[in-house]
Amino acid sequence: MKSATQIAADVRSGASSAAAELERTLSVIAERNEELNVFLHVDIDGARAAAADVDARIANGDNVGPLAGVPIAIKDNLCQVGIPTTCSSKILEGWRPPYNATVIERIVAAGAVPVGKTNLDEFAMGSSTENSAFGPSRNPLDPTRVPGGSSGGSAAAVASNMTSLSLGSDTGGSIRQPAALCGLVGVKPTYGLVSRYGLIAFASSLDQIGPFSKTVADSALLLEVLAGHDPKDSTSLPEASPSLVAHVNDGVAGQRIGLVRELFDGADESVVTAVRAAAAALREAGAKIVDLSIPELELTLSAYYLIAPAEASSNLARYDGVRYGLRVKADDVTAMMEATRTAGFGAEVKRRIMLGTYALSAGYYDAYYGQALKVRTLTINAFARAYEQVDLLLGATTPSVAFKFGAKTADPMAMYLNDVFTIPTNLAGDPALSVPFTTGEEGLPIGVQLLGPGRSEARLFAAARVLEIADGRP
Amino acid sequence: MTLPDDWEMVVGLEVHTELLTKSKLFCGCQNHFGSEPNTNICPVCLGLPGSLPVLNREAVDFAMRIGMALHSTIAPSTFHRKNYFYPDQSKDYQISQYDLPINSGGYLDLPDGSRVSIERAHMEEDTGKSTHLGGSGRLAGADSSLVDYNRCGVPLVEIVSGPDIRSSAQARTYAAELRGILIATGASDGRLEEGSMRFDANVSVRRSGQPFGTRCEIKNLNSLRSLQRAIEYEALRQVELLEGGGVVRQETRHWDENLGETSTLRVKEDADDYRYFRDPDLVDLAPDQAWQDRVRAALSPMPAQRRGEVVALLREPSDAQLDAVEVVIDLGLEKYVHAVADASGDAGLAVARVANELAADVDHVANLSTESFVATVLMEQRGELSATQAKTVLGEVLASGGDPHAIAASKGFEQLSADTLGSTVASLIDAHPDEWQRYREGDEKLAQFFIGQVMKLTRGQANGKAVIAELQARR
Repeated sequence: MKSATQIAADVRSGASSAAAELERTLSVIAERNEELNVFLHVDIDGARAAAADVDARIANGDNVGPLAGVPIAIKDNLCQVGIPTTCSSKILEGWRPPYNATVIERIVAAGAVPVGKTNLDEFAMGSSTENSAFGPSRNPLDPTRVPGGSSGGSAAAVASNMTSLSLGSDTGGSIRQPAALCGLVGVKPTYGLVSRYGLIAFASSLDQIGPFSKTVADSALLLEVLAGHDPKDSTSLPEASPSLVAHVNDGVAGQRIGLVRELFDGADESVVTAVRAAAAALREAGAKIVDLSIPELELTLSAYYLIAPAEASSNLARYDGVRYGLRVKADDVTAMMEATRTAGFGAEVKRRIMLGTYALSAGYYDAYYGQALKVRTLTINAFARAYEQVDLLLGATTPSVAFKFGAKTADPMAMYLNDVFTIPTNLAGDPALSVPFTTGEEGLPIGVQLLGPGRSEARLFAAARVLEIADGRP
Repeated sequence: MTLPDDWEMVVGLEVHTELLTKSKLFCGCQNHFGSEPNTNICPVCLGLPGSLPVLNREAVDFAMRIGMALHSTIAPSTFHRKNYFYPDQSKDYQISQYDLPINSGGYLDLPDGSRVSIERAHMEEDTGKSTHLGGSGRLAGADSSLVDYNRCGVPLVEIVSGPDIRSSAQARTYAAELRGILIATGASDGRLEEGSMRFDANVSVRRSGQPFGTRCEIKNLNSLRSLQRAIEYEALRQVELLEGGGVVRQETRHWDENLGETSTLRVKEDADDYRYFRDPDLVDLAPDQAWQDRVRAALSPMPAQRRGEVVALLREPSDAQLDAVEVVIDLGLEKYVHAVADASGDAGLAVARVANELAADVDHVANLSTESFVATVLMEQRGELSATQAKTVLGEVLASGGDPHAIAASKGFEQLSADTLGSTVASLIDAHPDEWQRYREGDEKLAQFFIGQVMKLTRGQANGKAVIAELQARR
C-alpha cells in the first residue's frame, strides 16, 4: 500500500493517475467493506468525477496541490454537500447537508478525492463503534475485535488499505484510541488549529478534527492542509497553517520529554512495556527523559464525563423532528419531539443527554458542571507547569490492545475508562498523537501517546518519526 | 383609573429591540422584515448540524451605542445558551448574554425630571415565527404549524430597567423616551407595529412604605397603549386581590387587548429550567478602548438634549408648544426649527409648521430643504403669506419639491400691496360704520370681523397681522 505522499507524487508526475488510485481504493472497498462495515456510504460517482477533475487539471498543467489524487475516507460526522450524513444515528435519517465542512473544502482544494463516509459511534459517543445505529466496524487486523472509536470506521479504512488517509474527530480520544487499536498514526491537533465548521458537534469545547495515516509523514501532510484560520469558526486560531512536513525528520536531540506516570499507570503490562521502550528509544535518539507525575490528571475522566455530556445535551437538542431528519408522527409538536428523540437516539446518546441535562440543571450546576470547569482549569494549569520543565510528554494511548466485541458494552464505566489517557489533552486544548510502537497480545499493535503544549505539532511529529524508525518503519 | 389611597405600584420594564443591522447576529443572512417566509436563511441561522455562529460586529456597535446612551458601563461580556425546546427556535437553544452582559448599570432621565435606573442592556438572538393553523390556534392543539425562520437570529438588545417606575403613565413615558433614544442611536427603527420593540412588564403593588410585593410579569406587549393599560389593569387586580385577603402568585401573565384583561400564562413553579451555560462556540467579547471611542464619537445627540435645545429657542413656551416640540423631536425634524431660529430668531412658528404640516406628510420631507422651509416661514412671519397660503406652499414643496417663492407667485399669493390693503380696509369701514364704531370704542372682537371681511374680499391673500396693523393705524 502506497503512502499518501507517494500517491500524490505519482499522480503529479504522471506515474499514476487519480482515476487509477481511486479504482484501486474502490476495489478494496468492494472486497472488504461488507465484512468490516467501514463505509456507511461510498460516493462512487462523486469520487470518480473528483478524480477525473484532478487528472484533467494535471493534464492541463495546473498545480493540483499536495494531496493530488489521494483517495480519502471521511468520518460520517463531517458535512459534505449532497452526501448522506448520519453521525451513525437514525435521527439524521435522510439528511443531506447543503454545505461543505471547511475541511472538505480544503482537502478537495488540495487535490484529495473524498470516497465516502465512515462509521462511528453514534454522535461520536463511544470507544468501539458498537454504539453505531448501523452496526459496529471490525478491526481489520482481527475482525473479532473492535477497531476502537468513535472514529473506528476511519481507522479501519486506512488499516484495511482502502485508503491511505482518513479524517476523524477527537473529543476525548476518538482519533488516538482507534489509531492505537488499528496500528495507525492518529493526531488530535491543538484546539482551534483545524476549523470545526461542518463538524457535527458532540462537545464543542473539546472536538477537534484530525488525520489518520499509516505513516507520520502522511499525517503531517494532511494536517498541513486541514490547519489554518477559518473565519467561519469563532474558536479558530488566528494564524495560517504551520509548516509540519518540513520538520518531520527534525529528531529529538536535546528535547526534554516527560514520562508521565498517570498516563500509563493501570495499563496492561504489554502497554507499559511499550511505553518504557518508547522512552528508551527517544533517549537513544538524544532526548532527555524526565519521570513526571501530574496528579491532577486523575480528576480528568470525571470532569470530562460532566463537561462533554453537558455540551452534548445542548448540541443535540436541535434533533427534534421539526426541520430535518427523522420525524415520528404524534398528536402535537411536543409529543412529536419526544417520540422522534425516543426513536432516533440510541442508548448511549440518551444516557449522555440525561447526564448532561442533569449536570446543568438548577441546583446541580455548581456541584457538577461548575466543579468540572474548575478541574478543567486545574488540568490546564498542571499541563502548563509540566511544559515549563519539559518539551513533550510521553504516555500510553490506551490501557490495552484492541478488545473483543461485547467485552465492555455491559458496563459503561469500563468503556469510559478506555479514554482515561487521552481525555486530559482534550480538556487542556493541547495537541497529542498516537504512534504505533511494538506489539502486544496476539501480535496486536500498541500505540504510545506523545503530548505537547499548544501549537507544538511539528515537534510531536518529529518525535513520532523517531519512534516510527525505531519500530522498524524507516 | 388610579390605585386606592395608600397603595403604590412598583414596575420594572424589559424592552426587547431588534437592531437595524444589515445582517443577522451570527450569520450573513439579510436582516429584513417582510421578506417571503424562509428566504433569509442559511445553515447557521437554521441551526443545521455542524454550523457555527460568528458574532456580527455591527450588532456590537449598536449594542454599545444603546449602552452609551443609557449611561451604562461597557464591560467584557460572554454569550450563554438558554436551553428550551420550541419549534421556532432552530437550535432548541437561544444564544443570549447572561451573567456578563455587554452593558450594565445606567439610567434614563424622563422629561418630567424622574430618573429610571437601568440594570443591564444585553445582546441576544431573536427566534423564528410560528403560525398555528386550525384547532386552538395556539401551539398546543393546533392542526398544524408553520414556521418562518427569517427572524431567527435577528439581533436583539434587551434593556432591563430597575423597579423604579411608580405609575402606568410613567411606564409609558419611559417606553416612549427609550424608543426615542433607540431611534436616535440608529439601533432601531422603533416600529412597534412590526415588532421592532416589544415590552414585558414586571408589576407588583405595596402599601406605601412597605417592602416590595410579589410580582407578576406581563409578556409581549407591543404598543405603548397596551403597555399602559395592561399595567393599570394588573396593578388594580393585585390591589383588589390583596384587599380581599388573597395573595399574589408569582406568575407570567398574558394581556388580552380586546378583553382589556391579563390572564395566567404559567405559574413560576413550573417555569422552565433553562440550563444556562457559556456557549463554547463563541469567544469572549471585549471591545477595546479604541473601538468604544469610535462608537462614542459617532453617537448622535439624544432626545433629551435635542428637546432642551429646541425648547430653549421658545419664549415662555405654552403646553401646546411643548407638545409640538415633542412631535418635532420624535420625528427628528428639529433641523428645520434650528434653521428658522438662526435666520429670524423666532422658532415658535417653525415648531408649529413642523409639528403640523411636516408631520402630516413626513414621508416626503426629503423634498423640503431647510432653505425652502426657512424661506416659507420667513414669508409668513413677514406677512407676505397668510397662514393658509404658507401651509399651501409647504404642502406643494413637500409633494413635489420646487422653490417656495416661485410656488407662491404661481398661485397668485403675491403680497397684497399696502395700497390695496389700505383701500380695501377703507371701503370696509365705510360699509360697516356700526362695527367700526364699536371697534374704535375698544371691542377687540370686531378685529376678527374685519379680518374675515378682508380675507373674503382678497380671497385669503391678506395677512391677518397686516390687517390689524392697518385697522389700528385708522382707529
